[in-house]
Amino acid sequence: MMKAYTYKADTAAEKRIVADDMILTKDIPTTAGSKMLEGYVSLFEAEALTRLKNAGYSLSGKADVGEFAIDLLGETSVRGALSVDGKILNPAAEIVSSGEAMAALTLDVNGSVRRAAAQSGLISVKPTYGTVSRYGTIPAACSGETVSVMAKCPSVCREVLGVIAGHDDKDGTSLPEEKCALVSAAAPIRRVAILTDMAEGADGSVTERIDALSRALEASGVTVEKISSTLISSARAAWNILMSAELCNNVSRYDGVKYGYRSDNFSGLDELYTNSRTEAFGELLKTAILFGSDTLSTENYMKVYDKSLRVRRLISEEFTRMFESFDAVMMPACSSMSYTEEAVKADKYLCFKENFYTAPASITGLPAVVTGGVQLVGRAFSEAALLDLAELSAKEGK
Amino acid sequence: MKYETVIGLEVHVELATDSKIFCSCSAHSYGADPNSHVCPACCGMPGMLPVVNKRVVDFGMKAGLMLDCHINRTTTFDKKSYYYPDLPAAYQTTQWFAPVAVNGLVEITTSKGKKNVRIKQIHMEEDAGKLVHDIREDTTHVDFNRTSVPLIEIVSQPDLSSAEEVEAYLERLKTLLRYARVAECEMAHGTMRCDVNLSVRPEGSDKLGVRTEMKNMNSVEAIKRAIEYETARHIDALENGTEELRQETRRWDDIKGKSYAMRSKETAGDYRYFPDPNVMPVVIDDTWFESIKSSLPEFPEVKRARYAEEYGLSEYDAEQLTKSIALCECFEDAFSVCKSAKDAANWMISEVMSILNARQMTYDMLKLNGKALGELILLVSEGKVGRANGKKILGAMFDDPTIAPAAYAEENGLIVSNDTGLIEKVVAEVVASDPKAVADYKGGKEKALMSLFGRCMKQLKGNCDPQMLRTILIDIVNKQ
Repeated sequence: MMKAYTYKADTAAEKRIVADDMILTKDIPTTAGSKMLEGYVSLFEAEALTRLKNAGYSLSGKADVGEFAIDLLGETSVRGALSVDGKILNPAAEIVSSGEAMAALTLDVNGSVRRAAAQSGLISVKPTYGTVSRYGTIPAACSGETVSVMAKCPSVCREVLGVIAGHDDKDGTSLPEEKCALVSAAAPIRRVAILTDMAEGADGSVTERIDALSRALEASGVTVEKISSTLISSARAAWNILMSAELCNNVSRYDGVKYGYRSDNFSGLDELYTNSRTEAFGELLKTAILFGSDTLSTENYMKVYDKSLRVRRLISEEFTRMFESFDAVMMPACSSMSYTEEAVKADKYLCFKENFYTAPASITGLPAVVTGGVQLVGRAFSEAALLDLAELSAKEGK
Repeated sequence: MKYETVIGLEVHVELATDSKIFCSCSAHSYGADPNSHVCPACCGMPGMLPVVNKRVVDFGMKAGLMLDCHINRTTTFDKKSYYYPDLPAAYQTTQWFAPVAVNGLVEITTSKGKKNVRIKQIHMEEDAGKLVHDIREDTTHVDFNRTSVPLIEIVSQPDLSSAEEVEAYLERLKTLLRYARVAECEMAHGTMRCDVNLSVRPEGSDKLGVRTEMKNMNSVEAIKRAIEYETARHIDALENGTEELRQETRRWDDIKGKSYAMRSKETAGDYRYFPDPNVMPVVIDDTWFESIKSSLPEFPEVKRARYAEEYGLSEYDAEQLTKSIALCECFEDAFSVCKSAKDAANWMISEVMSILNARQMTYDMLKLNGKALGELILLVSEGKVGRANGKKILGAMFDDPTIAPAAYAEENGLIVSNDTGLIEKVVAEVVASDPKAVADYKGGKEKALMSLFGRCMKQLKGNCDPQMLRTILIDIVNKQ
């Protein structure tokens, strides 16, 4: 378990929270899983963490993450993957499962939080974009990343979300207080759609869970119907472009000059930049940087980046259309209930494929709850209702 | 063959807001210790998010309206990526896709008459920091005080064709932006900087020649010299084939009087602009737009004409007063109280402006309370305070804008006395003490009387109507 932590507090407090290493902490290093930020201590802490501390929660420690949280489960951390018998585990999820923390405060950049919750049998909530301040989180893909919560049961997710949601003047994208308060507003959920196109590529272990969740919901009086929408499937391609471009820009600040890792080996400014970044960044991140940089070039901007922005809008409109008939949309969170180190070795870019399932909620900023290994995406501000579904299914499952 | 020069300018102007564009650090650090006006946000630390300073948008709109631009009611911020140690986050937040103002027009006047210069756009952006090279230690230090100080960049169309026109254009920008109180525009302070894009073509041709850009010019004189040098270099290259002109950025060395190639178009970096997801689009509604529009001042020439027509001021007086919006406002406030435009103009020009000059202050630095000046003018014109004492009070009002002239005169014994008994007593003493002067005057020396008059006035501390004093003095001298 020690390997899951980048820092462990000596606390016996009752309400303990673990923060992942994308959440900035004062006096304690925050490294984003990167050699580039080894030993980096921020001058300020995340607003979400401050709110939790003010509400009587204490920090049990920091959980390791993959480099800038874009990978599957955290396997690209500079400290290496956390794994048991060749199966990759997510550090924050392991700490929550062990009971050492009641909940994890995480930054959902590319779905690793949702995959972790699905594969560890935990509940996670990625709230509506703008309802939880991103002040004090390491920026990666700002237009879609969201501070999220992972816990063993829906009620803890609800409780923690209630504390961290709210307007923050320090975040220009933070919504007004009355909008933020809606994350706790109850609403009935009567109809849930299974998006059949989104089950593509998912193995039997996943489809089994979709069936199980459908049955549990139906047993509680919720109508479950299968629908098709090919448009949602294009979220992955668009999100990979937007995410990589933003990531490329956001990690440009780590240039070896002001903070972060600095190469010993340089003669001149360009070499200082190049060698520091070459030596400190991992392969997956470098791939994203190169890809992202290319999508923003004068030559490609309109046909690649700008088009992705338009796809983002179309996908949002498609969800709005679906929400005219349904209260939530069900889809997998991952293609399989576990990832092996072997599979990741064989396909270095698996995380840019697996985000097929998580990209729709990332790109639209819609809330997503993972329960029973399955993802439910709802209307903006429907977190409370989605967590109600998670509770219903948990009761039925027992 | 005859050639013509085609010039377009990119002018960076620092906006005079109190705080920086995306954080609450003070934007005024000219002369301050390095890195004393910084915070995690303007240092680009991860986890800080930009929050737009509304005043910057106010000032951007004002600048746009002063230059007759169309204001984009939805204006957005974008990221421009490049690596340089003075840019802490390795991107500058600027406006690329929807700048605050577009399609403007500026009228300039030169020896050849009037001409319109089209403005392509005005965009708001953050400034970068400063690199300080230490030659003794062979190191470079970074000062982030200037990072995120708000700027506007005013991009003109290539409508300028000579150094004279460029100078007139820059002067016009300064006047208009200072009138709207959005910027200091002081090239020596770096609050106005200029990039010059220049090409040369045969006269009458409608095709543009190869363009070179000279960056960060910081004096009008240097700009004029650079334009003349570059024009000659281009013509020489075209006529004599001395070199092949390339589209490139050049550095102007004002000491050597030469420009040097810095980087060509081929080696220039791609800025990879994209919308900043952390800054929501700024939507300017009608209320906001109208409040800015109604806050704009008259143009200087409109004021000038109005001063002549409405107040009957001479062309010279109107010209002097409209040199700065601060002078205009002070004059108008003074007039509203003293009701005499002639008196107000005289006080402004012969007293206020000379104090500013003597104190080596620019006209824009005037902080005098105009209404109080009006009261002072009244006190003097009504004979309640002597002119010389009036000047003294004005000096005090410069130092302390809260001073009320009447109360100050009272407290400091600067009120004219109508006590003829006192005056006669003082005059009698002075006259008695200097029989020689009396004799001289009687012998026909006018000057001798002036000397006696001056001594009496001094004894009376200036608190005496000069006409009354003169009458009493002549009367007493003649009785001797």
